[in-house]
Amino acid sequence: MSAPDLAHAGTPTTEHGSRHRSPTRVLALLATLALASCAAYLTLGVRGNWAFVLERRATTLATMAVVGVAIAVATVLFHAVTANRILTPSVMGFDALYVLVQTVAVVVGGTLWTSQVGPLPRFALETLIMLVVAVPVMRWLVLGERRSTDLVVLTGLVAGGVFRAVSSFLQRVMDPTEFVVLQDRLFADFSSSEPALLGVTTLVVALVAAAVWRLRATLDVLALGRDLATTLGVDHARTTLAVLVAVTLLVSVSTSLVGPTTFFGLLVAHLAYRLVGSHRHTLTLPAASLAAITALVGGQVVFERLLGFDGSLSIVVELLGGLLFLALCVRRTRA
Amino acid sequence: MIRTDRLTKAYGESVVVDGVSLEIPRGGVTALVGPNGAGKSTLLGMIARLLSATSGVATVDDLDVATAPSDEIARRLSILRQDNHLAVRLTVRDLVGFGRFPHSRGRLTQADLAHVQSALEQLDLVPLADRFLDELSGGQRQRAFVAMVLAQDTDYVLLDEPLNNLDMRHAADMMAQLRHAADRLGRTIVIVVHDINAASAYADHIIAMRDGRVAAQGTPAEIMQPVLLQEIFGVPIRVEDVGGCLVGLHFLPFCALPAPASALAPQAADVVAPQRASG
Repeated sequence: MSAPDLAHAGTPTTEHGSRHRSPTRVLALLATLALASCAAYLTLGVRGNWAFVLERRATTLATMAVVGVAIAVATVLFHAVTANRILTPSVMGFDALYVLVQTVAVVVGGTLWTSQVGPLPRFALETLIMLVVAVPVMRWLVLGERRSTDLVVLTGLVAGGVFRAVSSFLQRVMDPTEFVVLQDRLFADFSSSEPALLGVTTLVVALVAAAVWRLRATLDVLALGRDLATTLGVDHARTTLAVLVAVTLLVSVSTSLVGPTTFFGLLVAHLAYRLVGSHRHTLTLPAASLAAITALVGGQVVFERLLGFDGSLSIVVELLGGLLFLALCVRRTRA
Repeated sequence: MIRTDRLTKAYGESVVVDGVSLEIPRGGVTALVGPNGAGKSTLLGMIARLLSATSGVATVDDLDVATAPSDEIARRLSILRQDNHLAVRLTVRDLVGFGRFPHSRGRLTQADLAHVQSALEQLDLVPLADRFLDELSGGQRQRAFVAMVLAQDTDYVLLDEPLNNLDMRHAADMMAQLRHAADRLGRTIVIVVHDINAASAYADHIIAMRDGRVAAQGTPAEIMQPVLLQEIFGVPIRVEDVGGCLVGLHFLPFCALPAPASALAPQAADVVAPQRASG
């Protein structure tokens, strides 16, 4: 950026431009961008009854913000707990597992489940199943004394594939009416979420984010890996468990609201790492959250309002995220 | 005092550390030596609670490392293992700052910064302090990790092969720094080293391991015996007294010893009695 913040930050100057910026400036910039996207989303191209349009748009905006923060924080947490910046909950099959749980619930519960049980008990039960199934398995994978990252990645990819295959098999054999109901819940659609569910999930994300914020210094140490974290006095097993529970809650929130995503978390997390140029979670957590809101809301504004390409944002995001994933894998192999 | 009682580590059928009972007294430099696979690193890892023991107990100042709170151990004992890979991109100063985490929980005070600065100075890292670790050579990175461990300011410092990747000057400096930390700052230093001469020159106490057990322990003079060394390492080692310091020499076959017949025989035969190649 400019000369004044060089003096202010005292950050080292090296060849990459991002390190010349002071992290607080970057955060302020991201916050401005996020706010501007939100304002643009709410006000651009309103025709007719303002109150009606604003209310509808505000609901969608809130959904995007909650989902963005949930995915961003879940990804950054996952990077810390695995001491690896390629893995994300989505890559490890968390989203696919949630979809499987939803599918099995519809198959087992039938129309009774979808029509009689409200969205809140459904969310609560599905999340509970996620906690019971995913946390112990992930804990085993992360805590094993001699488990390599390669094994963890492969396990996640295979498990995700299995979850998706079983889900799609069940979806093929299930009753067509049930399938339509399920499909409605599985597609990334920000405008159709139920207000009660939105309220509860907002609360869940807020509580998890507050708990994570208190752990932020410990997360910095956790990201150094198991040995160094233990040496520095972090109770690695307990912190890992807490972080995995937080990740599972956040993934349940985002998947229950808009369905599975694959590379969005990876994209915004790495964007945040590059922009703030720091390992500290005090900076990376808010930066990734703001980047996620900007990408979702701003992307929606650009694609839907300005370019008129309805619904293509998720495709572009996944494409960019997928390319980033490939780049990270290639760079890691070379290193 | 560090004490282990019948400490054992087994991976399935293979026993890596086999019922080791040891006492490492407070103060001074203790060197763990032994051939590859003797169990030195595993023993160190268990003492520092990084590896769980299959059976047996390790205590530090009478705290059982397996059950005591991790942060309490972290203020008494620090360890550096081999092969430290980081997923995050850190400067040397950031890394050394992490050494203060057990004391400051992430908020560095003036006192913490002073510790960091002194660790950087001790390891000759001040000019590199703001460089990123992935921009450094292996030896420079090794020194940065050792600086982090020293900044942790613990009574006990365990180092697994701290001389890895270091050139001769920095290896000698490192041993001198560890000696200084033991003598002036009252630290207890335990190092795994492959260079028995580094152990002989700088350690007060040498523990030699072989096949998961303690093969011998004692002062450098007691351990630096040709017969004993050959038994431990399985290679003939000549021991010389150089100005009061016992030095083991093992790269001898081709220069200091008479050349073995097999190495030179064909050439010699050619010179003495040239023969025609037979069909």
